Amino acid sequence: MKQTASFISTYSADVFGVCSALFELGGMTIMHDASGCNSTYSTHDEPRWYDMESMVYISGLSEMEAIMGDDEKLVSDIVRDAKELKPNFIAIAGTPIPAMTGFDFDAVAQVVETRTGIPAFGFATTGMGSYIEGAGPALARLAERFADRDAARTARPSANLLGLTPLDFSVNGEDASVAAWLRKTGFDRNVPYAMGCSFADLKRLGAAHVNLVVSAAGLPTARLLEQMFGTPYVLGLPVAGKYAGLLAERLIDAAKSGTSVPAAGLIRPEGTPCVAVIGEGIRSVSLAEAITLETGKPAFAVCAAEFHPDYLRPCDVCACDEDEIIPALANADTVIADPLYRPIVSADKRFLPLPHEAFSGRIFRRDIPDLAADARPVLNQFI
Amino acid sequence: MLKRIQNTENVCDIRTGAELRIAEASFPAPFQSGLEYSSPARGTWNIVHTGMLIPQAHEIFVCAAGCLRGVVLTAAEMDASERFSTVAVRERDLLEGDMEDLIIEGVTDVIEKLTRAGRRPPAILVYTSCVHHFSGCDIEAAYAALRERFPDIDFTDCYMNPIMRKSGLTPDQIMRSRLYSLLKPRPIAPKAIAILGNDLPTDEESELVRVIRSAGWTLHEITSCRSYAEYQRMAEAALYVSYYPAAKAGADALAARLGGRHLYLPFSYSCSEIAANLDALCRAIGAPTPDHAAKTAECRKALAETRAMIGDTPIAIDYTAVPRPLGLARLLLENGFRVTRVYADSFSGEEKADFDYLRQACPDLLVTATVHAKMRFASEREGGCLAIGQKAAYFENTDHFVNVVEGGGMYGYEAIVKTCALMREAYLEPKPMRELVQIKGQGCGCCL
Repeated sequence: MKQTASFISTYSADVFGVCSALFELGGMTIMHDASGCNSTYSTHDEPRWYDMESMVYISGLSEMEAIMGDDEKLVSDIVRDAKELKPNFIAIAGTPIPAMTGFDFDAVAQVVETRTGIPAFGFATTGMGSYIEGAGPALARLAERFADRDAARTARPSANLLGLTPLDFSVNGEDASVAAWLRKTGFDRNVPYAMGCSFADLKRLGAAHVNLVVSAAGLPTARLLEQMFGTPYVLGLPVAGKYAGLLAERLIDAAKSGTSVPAAGLIRPEGTPCVAVIGEGIRSVSLAEAITLETGKPAFAVCAAEFHPDYLRPCDVCACDEDEIIPALANADTVIADPLYRPIVSADKRFLPLPHEAFSGRIFRRDIPDLAADARPVLNQFI
Repeated sequence: MLKRIQNTENVCDIRTGAELRIAEASFPAPFQSGLEYSSPARGTWNIVHTGMLIPQAHEIFVCAAGCLRGVVLTAAEMDASERFSTVAVRERDLLEGDMEDLIIEGVTDVIEKLTRAGRRPPAILVYTSCVHHFSGCDIEAAYAALRERFPDIDFTDCYMNPIMRKSGLTPDQIMRSRLYSLLKPRPIAPKAIAILGNDLPTDEESELVRVIRSAGWTLHEITSCRSYAEYQRMAEAALYVSYYPAAKAGADALAARLGGRHLYLPFSYSCSEIAANLDALCRAIGAPTPDHAAKTAECRKALAETRAMIGDTPIAIDYTAVPRPLGLARLLLENGFRVTRVYADSFSGEEKADFDYLRQACPDLLVTATVHAKMRFASEREGGCLAIGQKAAYFENTDHFVNVVEGGGMYGYEAIVKTCALMREAYLEPKPMRELVQIKGQGCGCCL
């Protein structure tokens, strides 16, 4: 039956995606929730929690407040604390009960903004979607509000990195490796959205010559910036080696032509793909292509974290439930995935662990490779 | 030190509203409710850990992804994923009103897969959530259908519905109650006793266990059960004992259902209350009473030795370490220690007498919230404090701390003596606080 996970984990949820995306921007993010969301997020989905202050809270919604529609309690709590703590912005994100009671996030955000004078946003997350469905709109909404519409292009070629969150990049320095690769390709890093990025940086989002979408969470912002500034975008993670070189060419072409490449995937594998890479779409496709390029092994992505197949290649698969993923692996002889997928990979297949923070949280954090710096730990498995 | 990403230097007093002199605090809730922060201290048990105490039982959570996330990874971190499954509630389930079917078919699917894998469990704990409560889901009908389909499996209803935490029994009380709901009536063994409701095994050296064993009674405790059959033997108890406050309601319910007698002997740091509790136990099982004077003297000696070692070192206590943080503060203050702060967001009704005493005798004792929004910024204090509990250690930024949750299984006079020993050890030997406090469910095992 779909929706059951007898043996495997579950991806981080939309509401946590909002928190993760906005974490470093100096805002106040409130999960409108009874209890539990904050400890889940801060324990399993937020590796920066111990070291970096960020105002992420829960509202402490009670049964009576939900039944009576007492939104004033939430509003007054936010206003009281925001006036003292002075965040750059306020974000209110939803969980299952507000979704059931029809909580009007935009209206409450507007009331909060009026009373505090601080920009406020409502995100109607339900706690039932994936982290990408939360992080993507969160990044886009802030970009829409705070990007300087008159920003001039930088004098030197530059690129934004869109979709950086620890849920996909952990805190192993991969974000910095991508930025270093960008510089080698001749681009200055403009805004790393949103790791190592300040609130003030958002104004400069429109100044880049091109956007590199490094995870699906960056796609809504890429599309928005294309509309707002005509900035072209390219999808891909620069997996170190030949693939990164190919991606660099694609990025340079897009910057010159002003034409976006709205799909991941630069090559089409020949023959039936036999290496499956399970995970977030853009990372999985990029790694699958890198494997094919470097080793000749036809590889495909099993996009398990989001539901937007439009940017995938024909050979790639969207499968989010255990009962969809197991048949998707039928023809694979090798599976690359988070270690918590191992119980559903049959013993006759080779399993290569690739930990993913959005799936296994902190458990394997120290083993998460920086693929942009060195992909050999994965690629050498095929040589 | 936390990396600043927003200017909070101009916030006039970061603890205003989050900290009070006890003389100014109200009981049982000293602080205004509002937005809540979650500190990185994670040692307390949650409903996943507690449910796993039933040997061989399988847990199935039927919840939204956001709610599943924390419990799935709790199970994974304690290396218990093989005893854990999920059924994800999606928007369409809410809209289509098929929540009962989702429970029935989802649990059925899991059971069939477990059976094919050769892991059919004898018992299943099905956890439903806030959305079931709010959607009017007929949970009873779902359980009835499951019991009919799988008569060889025992099912019980568990809950992850924190939205109900202010309505009736707390989730903690409910979980400790459900833990014994699978016990089936069996002939009573006249000299069998069961300790109920504690996550951690009761200290074998405590007077509670010693009295029971020395009187020749058979002692059952869920923490020592190794099989489902052994767990079921708890139902033979003629006498049930609980001492953890959140366990009382469940123990009352079990005694009423199975016909045993329940004796609530609350955890305490007061020698007179300890004596009264032990006397009550001895009367109930026909055991000789302990030498209270000697035990009290032993406690005084341990306290004096500890005071002599740690001197005027400030001490902070938090509510996760012990069931009665105010009781411990009182004991230490009465014996010359310099307790400066108690971290708690509210107090149990059992603490009222200690609260009143401390208001009068130690009005400057600080009561500090742990979930108040401003506590996000309150962990930069220089070390130098001796902390009792993980939250106190985190907020006081000290590696010198007693790393205990939920009383650590200690009880009676022995709890006082052992707490003193742990304080001396903490004073002398620093611990890697950052690493230790982030481990969930202390004592459950952790793969991190």
